[in-house]
Amino acid sequence: MKQLGELLISPHGGQEIVMGNTAIVRAMIESNVRVATSYPGSPTPEIAAAIASIPKDKNPLYFEFSTNEKVATEVAFGASINGHLSTVFFKSVGLNVAADTFVQLGHMELIGGMVIVLGDDPGANSSQNEQDNRHYARLAYIPMLEPATPTEVYTMFKEAARLSIERRMPVILRLTTHVCHAKEKVNFTSWRSQPTDNSPLFNPDNGPYIPLTTKLVLPLKRRALEKLALFSAHADTSSLNTLVDHGNSTYGVLTMGAAFQSLQDVLEKAVVKPNILKLGIIHPLPKKLVADFLRQHMEVKVLEELDDFIEQQVKALAQEIGITTKIIGKQDYEDWLNEYTPEKVDAIMRKTWLQLLPPLAELPNHPLQWSARPAQMCPGCGHRSAFHAIKQALGADDITVADIGCHTLGIMEPYKMGQILLCMGHSSGTAAGLSLFNTSRKVVAFLGDSTFFHAGLPGIINAVFNHHNFTLILLDNGTTAMTGHQDHPGVGYNFNGPTDKISIRRLLEGIGITNIREIDAYAQAKLKEAVKAAIAEEGFKVVIAKHPCMLKLMSERSAAGNPPPPQVEITEDCNQNYTCINSFACPTFQRDTEGGVWVNNDLCIGDGSCKQTCPAKAIIHKARSKGGI
Amino acid sequence: MPSTKIDIYLIGVGGQGIGLLSEVIIRAADYAGLPVRGTDTHGLAQRGGTVSSCIRIGPRAHSALIQAGCADMVIALERNEALRGLNQLKTAGTLIYYDTQWQPLLVRLGKEPILRAEDISAECLRRNIQEYRIEPTKLSNPKMQNIALLASIAKNSSIPNITPAHYEQALNDLLEGNKLEKNLVLFHSLTTELG
Repeated sequence: MKQLGELLISPHGGQEIVMGNTAIVRAMIESNVRVATSYPGSPTPEIAAAIASIPKDKNPLYFEFSTNEKVATEVAFGASINGHLSTVFFKSVGLNVAADTFVQLGHMELIGGMVIVLGDDPGANSSQNEQDNRHYARLAYIPMLEPATPTEVYTMFKEAARLSIERRMPVILRLTTHVCHAKEKVNFTSWRSQPTDNSPLFNPDNGPYIPLTTKLVLPLKRRALEKLALFSAHADTSSLNTLVDHGNSTYGVLTMGAAFQSLQDVLEKAVVKPNILKLGIIHPLPKKLVADFLRQHMEVKVLEELDDFIEQQVKALAQEIGITTKIIGKQDYEDWLNEYTPEKVDAIMRKTWLQLLPPLAELPNHPLQWSARPAQMCPGCGHRSAFHAIKQALGADDITVADIGCHTLGIMEPYKMGQILLCMGHSSGTAAGLSLFNTSRKVVAFLGDSTFFHAGLPGIINAVFNHHNFTLILLDNGTTAMTGHQDHPGVGYNFNGPTDKISIRRLLEGIGITNIREIDAYAQAKLKEAVKAAIAEEGFKVVIAKHPCMLKLMSERSAAGNPPPPQVEITEDCNQNYTCINSFACPTFQRDTEGGVWVNNDLCIGDGSCKQTCPAKAIIHKARSKGGI
Repeated sequence: MPSTKIDIYLIGVGGQGIGLLSEVIIRAADYAGLPVRGTDTHGLAQRGGTVSSCIRIGPRAHSALIQAGCADMVIALERNEALRGLNQLKTAGTLIYYDTQWQPLLVRLGKEPILRAEDISAECLRRNIQEYRIEPTKLSNPKMQNIALLASIAKNSSIPNITPAHYEQALNDLLEGNKLEKNLVLFHSLTTELG
């Protein structure tokens, strides 16, 4: 929305249709958050996009994309112990990166308050797993709230901030993909900006802030447990937990988050509706509230997405208070998997109490199994050129290690470059392990430029430190492309403006790497030769295959009013060798029913990186072409 | 206020502008006084993969997601995605699709057959689905296919109670400058010319 930024800071409030990721920013403003930090990752980057929509001179909060989630958490922590309310947000697996810092937060007196916003991804829509970060709340003795709708994202963030300041403890707001991205009309209240106090209030006497050895750590842990117990007592009466009373003393459902919305959809057609206790505070468990709910029903279904986090605690609680209510949790592995969409919850509820729902409506017969359309590299992507060239340089038996970024898409047909993937920045370490005792199969690791700074460096330094023998190919497109083109330390800009650009090449040279080759990814023949040469050498070698992200470049050019370059066409010289469509496989090239190949003008960006791939030289720029970019 | 429920499932390819189309319809529904919620695909799939969006109009919609096989209407921006979208559509529902062709990976690699518009018509006939195929228009910018499709929806009052003026209000909310002007020109020309 074009006026979004003004709306987010408007003193008047009002109604607006927004997604959860936008509503949360209004809540940050109303809560007087001073510092917000992040590292981009789905499903949360739109939070930063909403912050970016606020006019710079009117933005009351400082925001930065830090180099990774751990650093982002530390920046927010530092601000909080200096008296500023802070927030940090990132995706599910980002918490693994931040974990070393995160697990300490519950031990600390956070005098300014701090809200940790997690974007969990049930269903692994854009992640390498669907980990349930509720376990982390328990591990670190930190309270966790979970909203179900954009309206609740807005109200619960404000409550999380209030509780965090009041109790000088961190509070987690756990979002999930379709809470982040759900849109609805949210009522924003009016607010008045508070006078800001920039004085650094850090005082070691508020601590201790040094958790070292038994004598200091145990009292800090005891205090964390005490705070958590107090929070549990608060949870029992908090309005964030809601009871939906259908007057049913037999059946009750204990649920939370997006699953609650799905359940309500399913129950629209129910013959008999169970009562529902919807938890807003999911850690610590509001024990008294849950115990009462158990006592009031003969059977209670715990309906929770992903793991049996609440179920285990509820069963323990039932044993503790000696009640015999039947508690129905996960019934099979399917219940542990994937998003609790309305259709999934429908199936689970039928499995639980078949009699509550009318017979299943007939769904369309013969679901169509039409050709899957996985994500792919964009037309003109430098990574495609790079993979096309690199594939020709490697032997069929060589081992390629993928990493995370747009270049991960090289794993797919027809390139199949990248056979192993763990997480951000793993590739150098994994490749090092694969190279041990290995004299017959070359090992090649891929890494992107943003991930290089995020988590790639330790593995690279290790390769130098321990003399590992593999080739690292840095696929440098000059941005954090997959998550929406956020700047990183190698770009020369940060979120707030120009900054010093950190040269990847000079950084590599600075740690003593001398075997570095740098090639434009569009120069396929040169790149192929460089990779061939690199893998033939012993030791740790780096090849930088560089080309700007064309999606970003073309949209910047278009925004600046530049006309698009001419597209390519296929001439009569085409002898149907199909290299363009079978091996290079730019999505621009399509098939017709007569065995011909045509250029899709919706897709071609006129980059011309395909021309060199045609053995018949049958791909040319259309008339008035001055060549590629 | 009309209390009818209508669940609309939008489907297309990352890069086709489904996000804007969805946002326009949601806002237009709101301008028409209809309760509405929805959600889009974000993240990895936006890079040329299948993307979808749910729009749920009516007071009894809780989740932002539509149950498979329960959508009242499927709006597709591309031929292959139109067929995929039929899995979401109820029997005797409505399919509206813009008939451009961005072939999926395995079709391009020659490992799966090329889909023809007739294949979609046959499936629609079999399931008693009302099919509206929109012939691609010559556009100065293929990124405006979403607006061409929107114009057809507006012109034919495909979504009850939402008028062309509501869509235009929504476009005014979302776009500005040259982009707004170009999209409005296209929208106007197509809403007055389409039959």
